[in-house]
Amino acid sequence: MTNAIEVVNVAKVYRRYARRKQFATLKSALLKGSLIRDLQPDETFPALRGVTFGVPKGCTYGIIGRNGSGKSTLLKCVAGITRPNEGSIVVDGRISALIELGAGFHPEISGRENVFINGIMLGLSKREIQRRFDEIVEFAELQDFIDAPVKTYSSGMYMRLGFAVAIHVDPDVLLIDEVLAVGDQSFTVKCLDKFADFRRRNKTILLVTHSLDLVEKFCDRALWLDKGKTLAEGEPRRVVAAYLIDVEKSEEQELAAAEAVRVKSAADVAAEIPPGASAGGPADSAAPSDMFKATEGRWGSREVEITEVTVTDAAGQRSHVFQSGDSIQIHLKVRAHQPTKDFVFGFGLFNADGICCYGTNTYLEELEPAELSGEGEVRFTISQLDLVEGTYKIDVAAHKLDGYPYDYHRLLYTFRVKSRTKDVGIYRPDHAWSFSPTIRFK
Amino acid sequence: MVRYRGLIQTLVARDLKARYRGSVLGFFWSFINPLLLLSIYSFVFATVLPARIDDEALRPYALFMFCGILPWTWFSSSILEASNVLISGGNLIKKVLFPAEVLPFVTVLANMVHFFLGLPILAVFLIYYRRPLDPIELLWFPVIVFVQLVLLLGLSLFVSALTVHFRDLKDILGNLLTFWFFATPIIYPMSQAPQEFRWLLNLNPMTHLAISYQEVLFYVGPHGHWKWLMALLAGSLVVFFAGYFVFDRLRDSFAEEV
Repeated sequence: MTNAIEVVNVAKVYRRYARRKQFATLKSALLKGSLIRDLQPDETFPALRGVTFGVPKGCTYGIIGRNGSGKSTLLKCVAGITRPNEGSIVVDGRISALIELGAGFHPEISGRENVFINGIMLGLSKREIQRRFDEIVEFAELQDFIDAPVKTYSSGMYMRLGFAVAIHVDPDVLLIDEVLAVGDQSFTVKCLDKFADFRRRNKTILLVTHSLDLVEKFCDRALWLDKGKTLAEGEPRRVVAAYLIDVEKSEEQELAAAEAVRVKSAADVAAEIPPGASAGGPADSAAPSDMFKATEGRWGSREVEITEVTVTDAAGQRSHVFQSGDSIQIHLKVRAHQPTKDFVFGFGLFNADGICCYGTNTYLEELEPAELSGEGEVRFTISQLDLVEGTYKIDVAAHKLDGYPYDYHRLLYTFRVKSRTKDVGIYRPDHAWSFSPTIRFK
Repeated sequence: MVRYRGLIQTLVARDLKARYRGSVLGFFWSFINPLLLLSIYSFVFATVLPARIDDEALRPYALFMFCGILPWTWFSSSILEASNVLISGGNLIKKVLFPAEVLPFVTVLANMVHFFLGLPILAVFLIYYRRPLDPIELLWFPVIVFVQLVLLLGLSLFVSALTVHFRDLKDILGNLLTFWFFATPIIYPMSQAPQEFRWLLNLNPMTHLAISYQEVLFYVGPHGHWKWLMALLAGSLVVFFAGYFVFDRLRDSFAEEV
């Protein structure tokens, strides 16, 4: 099998000019005699660094990566819109690039005329467009509006028409940059059908997307681009999995950093109340009036202090990102400044909307406090995190039986639950479907 | 340019269609614009300040001026529009595989069509004043148009490519063109230009085009300016290829700078 797209060691450097340059004018450049110098970039930014891959004919190839990883630049290079600084790109056959839909539509003239102009821009002849015209209009679902000026179109109509023209160019190589979000559900399905049709006819598709599902379902091969470099290439499932692990890792770092800031600022506020000093009850220690609407923070008398909270996985490894169904542990380090017989430990779990998903404490679970002195550790284990995907926040608290707070940490700790199933709600009970033989699924 | 013939053709048609879409008079503006300009200038120079042009050879003055104003309008609006064309067409350059040089070409050609649309008015004037045209001399007309076309294509390539990097070229051009208009023998004949400035006027390519148009369409007698015209053709070809070279060198920067 020959390669339809051959990308060898491609590098692309974007030039960045200093602020001064943006306001520079020909006149000032001539006056200062710095015409040549001003045309030199002050800084460069590598968008692609030595990317190499080949797409066999008839292959659907997905490119994934985070924002700013160079995906679109790569696509533009393949399309020939920009030229790479190094390396070579060879594309065999007619290209159609779905990068921006309806680029080149003129607002004043009718949809009909724009279809012709756009088609010619994309490399069709007049006769070819004539032949496909009805099909294009039907695909765009614009039969009633095709003679109205394009400026009267809604943005959806505009995109659909642009998409319809581009897809009917009948290219050998189709480049797609995240453009499937152009219509309602039925239009998206139609687009996917069209792509499937392309695949059947052994056309090559290069797809840049954030939709990992699409890559896994649709692509024969995938490439993961990060900061302009190829990190993985090959079987889509493997590449997507590698990418997801990396995304989790960086999410983890992000969450950890955000959490550190929150905990620190809460501690700073709390530090204004001297720890251990019985300041005269909850009223003085800034407890919020409605516990369920409270925002993040930390309060309490600190007679019993929660000095450290860590969220870990089953193996005791610090973590902020979990798969739905994983085991999770919350460790509290506590210190009692004076031995006490009146203490309760509490735990609360909130979702991103601030809804309490679950709350409990040692008193509710009928654990009678006997003695707490010096330093200790409390571990709260959830053996199965049966939650849908989302970000969750944790409350932990130490207080008296009557509710008088020793140390209350509200919504300071965060973890994220990931899931490949896009189910809804909060709680995901362990479940299974079963069907009688008359009901079948593909 | 030949390769993109179909594209250029379509875009020129689009330009012309879109320009007057939604206006009541539509295509008639192509006639009205030069007519208005003409009536203003003939009022000023024939009625308000009649002294200098009171020359038997220049009668009727309106016709004389019209021979220069028509090509001048083509010239100046092409250059002005070309200076903006890559920026306003940025969407095409950035998002579609699109030969950028098509854009300045389309500008020049669309304005050429306007120029052609002005010719019937000129014909009406010629008939009204009973000015016989020498058919042999008229053969020069397409040559003059061709020279102007080559010159304009070259200049528009320069201007459009440079404006991407120096946005204020557009404003400079606006002023420069006003000056350029008066430095071209359009509202006055070359013969009345002060001797000490003749060399400057001779350096101006539009001078020779204007004189050629006047010789062919206005003055009686053979086209005596053809040597200058041929020299200008050679110069225009140089400008065209130089313009293309500069444009091609800067081409890669368009997608990033526009």
